[in-house]
Amino acid sequence: MTKGTLSRGAAGVCGFLLIAEALGRTGVIDPVVLPLASTVLGETLGLAADPDFLLQLGNTLDACGVGLLFSVAIAVPAGVLLGTFRKVERSARPLVEFLRPIPSVALIPVAQFLFRDPEYAKVSLVIFAASWPLLINTMYGMREVDPLAKETLRSFGFGPLAVIGRVSLPSAAPFIVTGLRIAVSVTLIVAVSVELFVGGTGLGTFMSAAAAGNQRAEMLGAVVWAGLLGLAANGLLAGAERRLFRWHHARTGEPAR
Amino acid sequence: MILSLLGRLGRLWIVPVALAVWELAAREARAVYFPPPSGIALHVYELWFSGPPARLFLTDDAVAHILPSLGRLLLGWSAACLLGVVAGVALGRSARLSQYLSPLIHFARSLPPPVLLPVFLVLVGVGTPLQLAGIVFGVVWPVLINSIDGARYIDRQYLDTAQVFGLSRRERLTRVILPAAAPKIFAGLRLSVALALIMMIISELLGSTEGVGYRLLIAQSQLDILTMWAATLLLGVLGILFNAAFLAVERRVLGWHRAAL
Repeated sequence: MTKGTLSRGAAGVCGFLLIAEALGRTGVIDPVVLPLASTVLGETLGLAADPDFLLQLGNTLDACGVGLLFSVAIAVPAGVLLGTFRKVERSARPLVEFLRPIPSVALIPVAQFLFRDPEYAKVSLVIFAASWPLLINTMYGMREVDPLAKETLRSFGFGPLAVIGRVSLPSAAPFIVTGLRIAVSVTLIVAVSVELFVGGTGLGTFMSAAAAGNQRAEMLGAVVWAGLLGLAANGLLAGAERRLFRWHHARTGEPAR
Repeated sequence: MILSLLGRLGRLWIVPVALAVWELAAREARAVYFPPPSGIALHVYELWFSGPPARLFLTDDAVAHILPSLGRLLLGWSAACLLGVVAGVALGRSARLSQYLSPLIHFARSLPPPVLLPVFLVLVGVGTPLQLAGIVFGVVWPVLINSIDGARYIDRQYLDTAQVFGLSRRERLTRVILPAAAPKIFAGLRLSVALALIMMIISELLGSTEGVGYRLLIAQSQLDILTMWAATLLLGVLGILFNAAFLAVERRVLGWHRAAL
């Protein structure tokens, strides 16, 4: 990112905020309907010191993190299995193709019945939803492994597990991390949806309470934090991807973005 | 031809097997919350598809709930796609403008879309505007970002060739830029199909007086387990159908692209 892009981006953000502020101050947008940009920014800063908000936010992130760990533990080995054995893959594929497009939020009411505790409902739906991108990307990654490398290791007398550990997994790793990045955004969507609908504790609950109390500035402040968090998560993973898999981008000729 | 079709069907053997296992397990366990799939399928038929032939077999319940959902889904999705592609191609061709807007776009893209539903609920109230706002805002970002990318990274040679042949601006857009950006644009559209359905469901669960999500909510509050599963099944089938329909369109439209690879 050059200096020019950076300053233009900053100018864009400031311009947006100034226009929003001006529209509110001149009465084009009623500040009662949509609070002033300055009010929202003040509220955003205030929320950073609000113990209730931090607790709720922490709870959402907790559910996302735990769910993500479980789905990695389930989906990556399953993807390795399906990617390694063609026959298994071919028979399981229709099932995967049927289950994957099912919108996970349609399962919220069912999950609510199965798990009385909203936290369990939340984590189990997060696991379900986050597993699909991980599974599919792991499968694709395993399929793209260079057969020559596998054969080479085999002819040197390595067993099948060693081939998976030394060749298949490392060469599928960039695909798995791409799946992880998609899964992270999915976990946030599902966790917030469950909180909005079922309750429990979390960002979604905080938002619906603020909406019910007509605390519009507080609500928008929470939205700003949600966006910043999403941005940070995406940036971290993209950065890690670039750093860890420079060899992959170099080989496929993709621009290292 | 017939053999290959049979072979393809043969590969689907796991689907009936899975259904049979589910059926047997549900009958054996007699769990109240897990009705057998045959019961759910029958209920779907009775509830929604046993109407008069003149109305395409749709029942009153289907007309009251499924049609509004589908209408809003299609309207919201197409509005978001149009907006995303038009704005995306414009931004992609103007590097300066997209530099100004890029942080804002990435911020909006990073928001988990359901977070905004309470905001829209306060601003526009319960009903169709809420669903449309939720779907459009939730869906537009992947389309926009992919369209920007697609329109920005176009092979210089294509543009130079267009210039040599003296193509007008309009021809350049429709004959060079849009086709070259199409694979990327379609990648964004594909992401948006699944997201649109998700946003439709949550927004109907949260604030609606009709729709499949609302029907699901009513069934849940009345402990009507069968209807709950029926609505879940319907939403799942909708997800599968939309995905399949989209892939078919993509294969048609982008056939040349795949052939060239």
